[in-house]
Amino acid sequence: MKKWNLLIDVAKCFNCNNCALAVHDEYCGNSFPGYAEEMPRQGHRWIEIRQREQGEYPMVEVAYLPVTCNHCDEPSCMKGAPEGAISKRADGIVIFDPVRSKGHPELVKSCPYGMIWWNEEKQLPQTWPFDAHLLDKGWTQTRASQVCPTNAFQTLHLEDEEMQRMVRDEKLEVLHPEFGNKPRVYYKNLDSYFKSFVGGTLEGMLNGAIECIADAHIVLWKGTQKLAETVSDTYGDFRFRRLDADGASYRIEVSDPRFSSKTLEFALKKSCHLGAIALEPKAAKAA
Amino acid sequence: MSLAATKFSVILYGMTHALNFQASRFPEFAKRLKEKNFTCQIATADKSIARYYTFNDGRVSSESGLHPKPDITISVASAKIGARLFVPWVDQLERIEAMKNYQFGADGSDELIVWFTQTMMLMQNPEVEYGIDMGDGTKRYVTNTNGGPLFVYVKDGKVIRTTPMEFTDQDAPAWTIKARGKSFTPPHKTTLSPHGVSVKSTLYSPDRLLYPMKRVDFDPKGERNPQNRGISGYERISWEEALDIVAGEITRVKTEHGQGAILGNHGSHHMWGNIGYYISAAYKFFNTIGASRVAHNPDSWEGWYWGATHHYGYSMRLGQVEFYNTIEDCMKECEMMVFWSSDPEATNGAYGGFEATIRRQWLKDLGIELVHIDPYFNHTAALLGGKWMAPKPGTDTALALAIAHVWMTEGLYDKKFVADRCVGFDVWSDYVLGKEDGVPKTPEWQQAETGVPAKEVRALARKWGKTKTYLAAGGPGNGHGGACRAANGIQFARALACLMGMQGMGKPGVNYGNLQYGGPIDIRFYFPGYAEGGMSGDIQNTGIPVSLYQRMPQLPSYGPSMQKVPRLRIPEAIMDGKAEGYPWNGFTIEGQFMKFSYPAPGHSPIKMLYKYGGASIGTMTETNRYVNMYRTDKLEFVVNQSIWFEGEAKFADVLLPACTQFERWDISDLAHAGGYGMHYQTQMNHRVIMLQHKCIEPLGESKSDIRIFTEICSRLGLGTYFCEGMNELDWVKRVFDASDLPKVISWKEFLKKGYYVVPPLEEGKRDPVAMRWFYEGRKKDVPEPSPLPGDYRKQFLMGLQTQSGKFEFECSSLKHFDANDPERPPIVRYLQSWEGPQTKELFGRFPLQLLSPHSRFSFHTFADGKQCSTNDIAEHRVLVKGYYYWVVRINAQDARARGIKHHDLVKVHNDRGAVLCAAHVTSRLGQGTAHSYSSSAVYDPLGEPGNSVDRGGCINNLTPKRSIASKVLGMAPNSCLVEVELWDGSTALGARAGTSEKVAANAAAAKEAMPS
Repeated sequence: MKKWNLLIDVAKCFNCNNCALAVHDEYCGNSFPGYAEEMPRQGHRWIEIRQREQGEYPMVEVAYLPVTCNHCDEPSCMKGAPEGAISKRADGIVIFDPVRSKGHPELVKSCPYGMIWWNEEKQLPQTWPFDAHLLDKGWTQTRASQVCPTNAFQTLHLEDEEMQRMVRDEKLEVLHPEFGNKPRVYYKNLDSYFKSFVGGTLEGMLNGAIECIADAHIVLWKGTQKLAETVSDTYGDFRFRRLDADGASYRIEVSDPRFSSKTLEFALKKSCHLGAIALEPKAAKAA
Repeated sequence: MSLAATKFSVILYGMTHALNFQASRFPEFAKRLKEKNFTCQIATADKSIARYYTFNDGRVSSESGLHPKPDITISVASAKIGARLFVPWVDQLERIEAMKNYQFGADGSDELIVWFTQTMMLMQNPEVEYGIDMGDGTKRYVTNTNGGPLFVYVKDGKVIRTTPMEFTDQDAPAWTIKARGKSFTPPHKTTLSPHGVSVKSTLYSPDRLLYPMKRVDFDPKGERNPQNRGISGYERISWEEALDIVAGEITRVKTEHGQGAILGNHGSHHMWGNIGYYISAAYKFFNTIGASRVAHNPDSWEGWYWGATHHYGYSMRLGQVEFYNTIEDCMKECEMMVFWSSDPEATNGAYGGFEATIRRQWLKDLGIELVHIDPYFNHTAALLGGKWMAPKPGTDTALALAIAHVWMTEGLYDKKFVADRCVGFDVWSDYVLGKEDGVPKTPEWQQAETGVPAKEVRALARKWGKTKTYLAAGGPGNGHGGACRAANGIQFARALACLMGMQGMGKPGVNYGNLQYGGPIDIRFYFPGYAEGGMSGDIQNTGIPVSLYQRMPQLPSYGPSMQKVPRLRIPEAIMDGKAEGYPWNGFTIEGQFMKFSYPAPGHSPIKMLYKYGGASIGTMTETNRYVNMYRTDKLEFVVNQSIWFEGEAKFADVLLPACTQFERWDISDLAHAGGYGMHYQTQMNHRVIMLQHKCIEPLGESKSDIRIFTEICSRLGLGTYFCEGMNELDWVKRVFDASDLPKVISWKEFLKKGYYVVPPLEEGKRDPVAMRWFYEGRKKDVPEPSPLPGDYRKQFLMGLQTQSGKFEFECSSLKHFDANDPERPPIVRYLQSWEGPQTKELFGRFPLQLLSPHSRFSFHTFADGKQCSTNDIAEHRVLVKGYYYWVVRINAQDARARGIKHHDLVKVHNDRGAVLCAAHVTSRLGQGTAHSYSSSAVYDPLGEPGNSVDRGGCINNLTPKRSIASKVLGMAPNSCLVEVELWDGSTALGARAGTSEKVAANAAAAKEAMPS
């Protein structure tokens, strides 16, 4: 049977928060018996956008990671939960029963993603129920997908095999697969949040002035392994993304027919801008 | 008896039965009839035909003849006129012409006349069917907001959810633009900005004002205690008492002080809609009670209006330029886009939801290279990528001049365009090249000012000079931007205009824009924008004379007070008794030179303030001034008509609770401002005209603005004049009838469905591209009614609005006005800011340059504070120890030097005030620069109001009141020096002793510790 999945493209999220606000619009002030009790007016973020800023002025990148209930196929929260408090529907959606989960604050800690919220007033653990009450009425997408301006959120109703094919074809990932929870929320471009970059700016003397060196060829090495290559842009900027900031030693080699080649070694502990890299004129041939 | 007399007699007789018959059919109407017991006489002037009606506990009876003492009398000049006016299909023009020509009038209790005439209107259609039944007891209605339109799902009188509009096959399809071998079509729906998605949370905010209130120690007949405004609490009073006080004060102030003593002040925005909007109902009201006007400054335009206008005209757009069909041109032709002080992903083109965000996703597919010039690595740069250049705040002009220098020295500009379509280039180039002052404005020269490496400016200038480039100036792409609201904002806008003058604005692929405005929708289908005045009848101060006044005849309204108070100087006007200003004027370039003074000759100083909403403290400059103004006895009475108990509403003597647009009727066109915002709806992917349904009943005892105004006017005998005896839905219907809508959809269908999508223009039938006519030296062919016919030089439609009709690098208008004004010389020159690093003494004490652009998640004060859903967005407000603090962004090294960590509570302060914020530590700003959005809705002083630390986040407590230049009146909030320090818990203004020295020492240490 077809089941519900969510696909979030991290590269398209720019923290507008429409998804989170739409969830508030749906659940604050409304209770949907069997699905969800009212969300408190303040303090809950059933969809939470986390941000990671990397690099330094003037080369900075910001990535945003929307996190929500993953509707896991192996949900940690269900293990040890009281009978009927949390259920896994055949269509993949995990529902916290607003009656039977009442008075169980310990459930909040059961989610390794930290996406169960405690409603103090109603003494309820609460999560985002995938707008199941709307999908059951015929809606084809979640409120978050509906309001997302960049299509970063997509609600997918697919057979598990189709979804898995998509995961392979589009190289989708889940958050922390090592938890073993088998989330139904998939991510595209997760690297832009978790991985790091290194960049630099090439300059050199041309016609008596220091200029940005465009179109130079830059190769990134890790030991003897050639990781990537690129060319500098109009402003002499270049950037390598999706790197592991593991503290290991990296090397870049810059070549441009107008200048001597240049090699730089550095340890990558976090994303960084190597600053201005001055290229020297080719050594004049010995007279 | 004549035929007319018979007809009129029959109509009058039939009215009794019609009223009772409708009451028997419609319970709501029956309820209405039970509201009043009174007698109404209707008669011809000669009393030859007369009938009186007795309303008694819901039953209406009538007798022929004259009643000895009717409560109200409605008279018509003759039976013939009566027979024409008393039919349901009467033409409103005929009705108001009869009033204006003394052929149709009323006497007696104005309240009863309004009630009677509104009841007669209501009788024709007592219970309208509207909305779409969703089948589960839910109805789907439509409304519109500043942040986009909504489907509103209502069940049991409560709004359940609000969503974007999703269209069906029944609605007109989306347009397609073909560019570079690909086809691009936006989705068949509308979008919402965050303040649009959060609007339901503001509707049901616990901070809604639900009852009329009076300050506890305010006694209109005794002690008024103005010094306690903002301190003492409020008590609930009845509407009767509240309206009696307000009407009584209007009367008292007018009779005691004379002409002009009442000031009517409204915010820049309102709940969306053409009828309930401030330019509609509030203008009519303020004219009706004879209030003095507030002269707004062109707040979002500033530098463009005061500066760029002189180079190319466009006074109607306050210095922004036309944008017709630039989206298609950009997608087909443009190779590079330079965003300059432009963050459309955060500012949404003002009313545009995320319509253009969808289109900007196409930039990558189109292979258009992007550059972002902004001291802050803004959200557009972060989302779309590209080169980021960060000039120090206030130095953009130097960067622009250096670009011009490269173009001039390397010949990288459109020489033919400059020769044929421009004047004054030689004068300006002498300055840029340094021939005039010995200082060539080279990339190296600018580096010392901006901090941007010379090599990068050269690289940008060369690239720009060789590729077809769109300049995205400000958020909308054709003006605005934080840099124009700074001490040298005039120079900034002028310099950018001159760059476009050099590159040949209007050439294919060379124009202003960032895909925000200029989409291929049909703007020739007539429906008014909000600035066209709605029901205002205000032919002086709205766009009503252009079309709407003819299409929707109404009684004219004209304010008798000739007095204007400049908005940025209201506190000085009240406290010091004098102020000077310069107007915003869309008619001509020279309109802005017409300096005016307060008080106007022979007019009274302002004694009473009728404030509409509570935004001033969050949105004006140096806003402790406004707080102090409220606390003086020079303001004898303050009434605030507000939806929420927030901001300066807390400084009123009487509070009148207004309702939101969910709770009343209105009608509007998506994002269509009209007037200065002519054709702003071209930023929408679909032109959607909508009925704004009354989705729910007003909450508590709140009422629509129009109803409040009507009831106050009735106490002055002016209610009938104010509302023309109409209900709000009648006005809405009149706008419908005045527009082109009846040609394409029936009123019944429109009422039910709530919207109509105007079919877009097909390829080949689209509007001409903006300024192409000028580039090619043809007659103006875009649908823009400016310049005025009399403002062309040689031939109608030929040339720009300038004296030469050409782009003027040297501005003749400024030469005429004051050729020696150092702040606004005839050519644009670089001028250092009057508040910045070069103002050494101040900079020594307040070493951070604070930017405060338009807010991202809220819209002015809408959707901020009041416990609405945006509070939980950590980039908007941060919860610290139970309180939601406003956010200030601070450079990581600056933060380290001050011992500030992410989300620490900090005091942002200068000599003008102190504001508590949560620190957001970032590398998205250069060192020495801080960033905090303007427009907090919350003013929450920890001590004496106006003289203590604000923890609500009114960052404009700190911005300078000084005008952007001395011979204009504009705001410069982005020229603001502050210090930021960890908050020590004190509530006093000012820094701890020795703070600056300590910070300087720490800064030096931090610098050394930074990796090279």
